[in-house]
Amino acid sequence: MAAGARWAELASTVAAADAVVAVGAGTHADIGGAVVGATEVTVPAGIVAFEPADMTATVNAGTTFAELAHALAEAGQECPLDPRDAEATVGGIVACGLSGARRLGLGPLRNQLLEVTFVTADGRVVRGGGPTVKNVTGYDIPRLFTGSLGTLGILVQVIVRTQPIAAASQWFRSVRDPFDLVAALPDAATIRWDGTETHILLEGHQADIDAQVCAVALEPALPGPQPGTLPDGPHRGRISVEPNRISELADGLRGLDARWAAELGVGTVHIAADDPVAVSAARDVAHHCGGWLLREAGAPELDPFGASFPAAAVQRRLRTALDPTGKLSPGRVPATAPASPVGAAA
Amino acid sequence: MCFPESTDDVAFAVQIANQFKMPFVARGSGTGLAGGATPLDGALVIVTTRMNRIIEVDPSARYAWVEPGVLNLDLTRAVTYLGVHYAPDPSSQQACTIGGNVGTNAGGPHCLAAGVTSAHVLAVDVVLPDGSIERLGSLAPDTPGLDLRGGFVGSEGTMGIATRIAVRLTPNPPEIRTLLADFTAIDDASAAVSAIIAAGIVPAALEMMDAQITRAVEDFVGAGFPRDAEAVLLVEVSGLLGGVEIESDAIDRVCREHGARTVRVAVDPDERALLWKGRKSAFGAVARIAPDYYLHDAVVPRTKLVPVIRRVYEIAEQYELICMNVFHAGDGNLHPLLVFDGREPGIWDRVHAAGDAILTACIEAGGVLSGEHGIGLEKRDAMTLVFDADDLDLQARVRDAFDPDGLANPEKILPKGSRCGEIQRVPEGAWI
Repeated sequence: MAAGARWAELASTVAAADAVVAVGAGTHADIGGAVVGATEVTVPAGIVAFEPADMTATVNAGTTFAELAHALAEAGQECPLDPRDAEATVGGIVACGLSGARRLGLGPLRNQLLEVTFVTADGRVVRGGGPTVKNVTGYDIPRLFTGSLGTLGILVQVIVRTQPIAAASQWFRSVRDPFDLVAALPDAATIRWDGTETHILLEGHQADIDAQVCAVALEPALPGPQPGTLPDGPHRGRISVEPNRISELADGLRGLDARWAAELGVGTVHIAADDPVAVSAARDVAHHCGGWLLREAGAPELDPFGASFPAAAVQRRLRTALDPTGKLSPGRVPATAPASPVGAAA
Repeated sequence: MCFPESTDDVAFAVQIANQFKMPFVARGSGTGLAGGATPLDGALVIVTTRMNRIIEVDPSARYAWVEPGVLNLDLTRAVTYLGVHYAPDPSSQQACTIGGNVGTNAGGPHCLAAGVTSAHVLAVDVVLPDGSIERLGSLAPDTPGLDLRGGFVGSEGTMGIATRIAVRLTPNPPEIRTLLADFTAIDDASAAVSAIIAAGIVPAALEMMDAQITRAVEDFVGAGFPRDAEAVLLVEVSGLLGGVEIESDAIDRVCREHGARTVRVAVDPDERALLWKGRKSAFGAVARIAPDYYLHDAVVPRTKLVPVIRRVYEIAEQYELICMNVFHAGDGNLHPLLVFDGREPGIWDRVHAAGDAILTACIEAGGVLSGEHGIGLEKRDAMTLVFDADDLDLQARVRDAFDPDGLANPEKILPKGSRCGEIQRVPEGAWI
């Protein structure tokens, strides 16, 4: 098998390297700290297997989302990873922990991932999870890889869930209290609020969309740019906050020179600005509301996370157990401060 | 054995266990089917049943904080009036605890569309194996660093003990339709399951019961299941009215095209509840056939159901055992029950041999060992059927990162010898 040979070659490269980083499409390369001086490796692309009747697809990690979406659409299915840039690779999306734009209705990235195959720091090809849609055989390695930023291993292949594309899909807007809409529309795919306007994406059968529009008095979205487009700019961040506190967060964001869009009911708020100072200020607002801001683009002076990692000792031990010399994406996450010695209380 | 009443109590118990280098095992109601909560080697058993408070319910933000000893069904009952429910619904939901559900990453019939426990746990306060207390995950959508919450759920007590759990509450669907289709051949029912999924429909639940279990349940509950069917499918669709009508019509049609004699739709909530009572009483009903049963939990790709189910019956016949099937067909999660009288000489060897053959057949079809019960002790030594030495070594490293001293429910999940080649490992006690 060609992929197997490529994996073996990759494994020996990784084993021999002092520092190594997997490079995908580079669409989200500003997430996490900069990796300097590491051997760059790429991983194969391509759909390996897709069985529509099983609703699963086996995909090489280097495959772009656009290619995956195209292959699945031919069978009327999709995998709702929905990255900001469709050229992002599947491996990159998983490593960066990017949940899709329809997280409210379709769940986070971690729920879509069934199996991961990766090259370990010591050059072995290891598999975790399993190919079936339901599985508790062993530890949940796929979830640990979600958002691991290339620090646990180099993803080479994943198995994801797929699902039928909804019969109908339509954007609406509303001038009602955005938080009332969350309660009134439990089946919405996403509800976006920018502090002024609320846009709602409804998916499903046309009759159900019509009924919801009628019950909640939604108006069709205005013609023009796609209403679900996330705010863009040279400096961007993503706030994660309890959904209950978005209103409070919005009050803090209003004075800033930044564009933002909140995913109501989820707690994700996308920030974009022309000046990195605004992203930094948005982080302060996030902290004030018990949340945090992940730098997604630009803002080079800004700390990538600006927050301590929970259960830091376990996180450190986990990274060290899988990568004892710290060769995988060095610099991506904060350098490991001395951990508590094994056995001592943290 | 101890019965803590708070997070601090659990931490104290774990600290004492650490002091004496004594292994410890968390235990809820003890309904687990894989031996995950069975104490070995004089382990301290930390029973969570007294930690049974629902701490906070927020129906608008759709979450609840609960203690681990809260019973699964008690949570749903307590929040029903708010128009929400807790989605994972194991058959044992009247007796099993949320903490145990977190430990095993439990499933249930309605996990087909809703997902298993891990999709419904937002955050968990954990007493780590060293006795320290940490919160993994959060009510916010993402936490900085690794998803330790995701790693913890399903770890069967080997990464610490959950003492408070934030679960997602799911809005009750406005419409529910429950269909009962009966078939004269088991292959037809299996093919209908694959065809429903292939038609792009993911029902809320899609359950299959074979002839023997259907009769046993009917004798036990009197739910109106057809006694002469070779197999029945219990299918539920829920959501908004339009989709429910379109999908239930499509399911009716697919079942009839695959040879269903009748497709009955529950006319009211009482009839629906009765049908579900029948399905969830299946394991109790088996006691009327023989005193003992051995239940498996393998999962196969849904497209492989027809050949795998056929193979399961062949294996039972070969070992001269009664085999009954009642399972989550929609996600390919088989529950073959080998029913027997344990007093019969030599029977246990045959039961175990047949069980191994069934597992092997499932794995050859591209399946896995367990869909919702866990590995525990029971399937620990079968892990080598699905994972190679490097895969198991990695899992051992992950486990050891949570529990460097190996005190948290040792001997479970990973077979002996999983820690291969100590290459590149930092010596114990080192500062890393």
